[in-house]
Amino acid sequence: MRFAEAGRVALDALRANRLRSVLTMVGVVVGVAAVVALVAIGTGTKQLIEQQVEGLGSNLLIVVPGRVTPGSAPTLSPLSLADLDEVYRVVGDRSRVAVTIASGETVRAGSRSGFASMQGVLETTPDVFVRHLDRGTYLTRTDVTTARRVAVLGAGVARQLFGDRDPIGRQITIAGVRFRVIGTFEPLGQSLGVDRDGEIHVPVTAAQRLLGTQRIDGIAIRAPDRDTIDQLGARVVAALAKRHPDTDFSAVTQQQILGVLGQILGVLTGVLVAIAGISLLVGGVGVSNIMLVSVRERVGEIGLRKAVGARPRDIGVQFLLEAVLLTSIGGILGMALGVTAALIVDRLSPVPAAITWWALALAFGVSAGVGIIFGVVPAQRAGRLDPVVALRAE
Amino acid sequence: MTAPAIVATEVRRTYDLGGVEVPALRGVSLTVEAADFLAIVGASGSGKSTLMHLLGGLDRPTGGTLTIGGRDVSTLSPAEMARLRNETVGFVFQAFHLLPRTTARDNVALPLVYRGVRRRERRERAAAMLDRVGLAHRLDHRPNQLSGGEQQRVAIARALVTDPTVLLADEPTGNLDTATGRSVLALLESLNAEGVAVVLVTHDRDVAARAHRQIVMRDGLIVSSPVSGAAP
Repeated sequence: MRFAEAGRVALDALRANRLRSVLTMVGVVVGVAAVVALVAIGTGTKQLIEQQVEGLGSNLLIVVPGRVTPGSAPTLSPLSLADLDEVYRVVGDRSRVAVTIASGETVRAGSRSGFASMQGVLETTPDVFVRHLDRGTYLTRTDVTTARRVAVLGAGVARQLFGDRDPIGRQITIAGVRFRVIGTFEPLGQSLGVDRDGEIHVPVTAAQRLLGTQRIDGIAIRAPDRDTIDQLGARVVAALAKRHPDTDFSAVTQQQILGVLGQILGVLTGVLVAIAGISLLVGGVGVSNIMLVSVRERVGEIGLRKAVGARPRDIGVQFLLEAVLLTSIGGILGMALGVTAALIVDRLSPVPAAITWWALALAFGVSAGVGIIFGVVPAQRAGRLDPVVALRAE
Repeated sequence: MTAPAIVATEVRRTYDLGGVEVPALRGVSLTVEAADFLAIVGASGSGKSTLMHLLGGLDRPTGGTLTIGGRDVSTLSPAEMARLRNETVGFVFQAFHLLPRTTARDNVALPLVYRGVRRRERRERAAAMLDRVGLAHRLDHRPNQLSGGEQQRVAIARALVTDPTVLLADEPTGNLDTATGRSVLALLESLNAEGVAVVLVTHDRDVAARAHRQIVMRDGLIVSSPVSGAAP
């Protein structure tokens, strides 16, 4: 029997038991929909994180004290501005090096107040990271060397303290100390869960004086190119380790951050998809069950088909195709449902979702595969029926 | 004379019912000649249905030799048996065995599906065969829209659509009233006159009398094989 013919017969049989076919599909529909939606959300989240990490700047190398492994405790930084000369020597270009010392502080302007992340930085920061000014100017080298109390506000802070008024030239206090606003940043939004618009950039020297410390938390370097970034990191780490023999230093690239985050996200997505996959499995068992019922109900038909010349294989293919058709239709409906769910999540929640073709192809393949796996036993049983016994059944 | 359609020699068929061997046929020898018209008569349990299943290649003997269309069935795989049934035998059952949601035409065309005949040709041949059994006006009717006699004619058309050498009819009039049964028998007779061998299984002596010869079975054996009626 040709394939098209078997397909027609199978479709006919499904149509004859519409309600039963639909109910049987539900398990597969839900399973496929869940897998499609979760993969979409996982992919979307991963893409968002990649964008954010890439959005920090290109070829970034972050050097921090301590070991950067998930779960390790932060190390008290022994780094100070005095270490920078050695870093400049290794990097060979002062403008590629940025530092930070960060601290959460209360900020005030007139009667308004708020909480901001004060970042003590060098004037090179906009050259290393991607930061665009909305108004005013950024810090200058003189600001840094003289520890001038000037500040550049993140869009959120500016809005909080000044509303629609122009903050340039106005006074604010950070932890009670007066600073003059010289610039504001363009809005940046969230990045890796941090509100980047809640930052205030001040000269690192001014921040150190405010905090009563000489330390800096970390050094960021924009490497000239991606290929040599790991060697550069190793050289910087070696140079710093010579100056601070008691401390480990780590150089982290964006690729490494992405790798770690990707791994975590991958495991999470995998677990969720596996749970959703259980629904597919249960759906498959339902298909198997219904196919066994279908075979039993149509024993007479099987006997007749065999009497007029159907081979065991013809009967087997007919029933297998029926099972595959059942799960494939369920798979297509599930894909539609999953895509819809993903789009709704993407629109109405902060969680991003990205539909990928490979995920859809995989979902369809799996649902058809479920039909094959769970249809084989009923189909074999139908194919092996003794025609004499089958004919007598009616 | 052409070669016989079916030759059974000392054929036995034993069923294994939970460890107990139950003999249904205990050594039956029988030849169905080309264009034969043969009736197998016997009470229920006499083994006549078992014999018919064997003659039609639906089942295999557990002893003796059985040759259908010149092929020894003991050498054939299930798939080859299916092909043998498709090419040499046509079945007509008491309960018609038509596919319920399928039109008369597609029911008749079914055996051709398993022969790999294209759909267009299948439909043409099925229509021609329905015309031959007097149902040209019922092509697109479903079984539940047809009378019992019409259903049995559809079943006969289905049995004939592959041009078999033998038509095996198991109580073909069993579910029909006398008049309808008679017309079905008349149809079988005219088909036989056109050269198809007909084997009629029945417990009805009147029906059996229409055949050219009768075989009476009892307890899995042929008890008499009188040459009745006129030779063809």
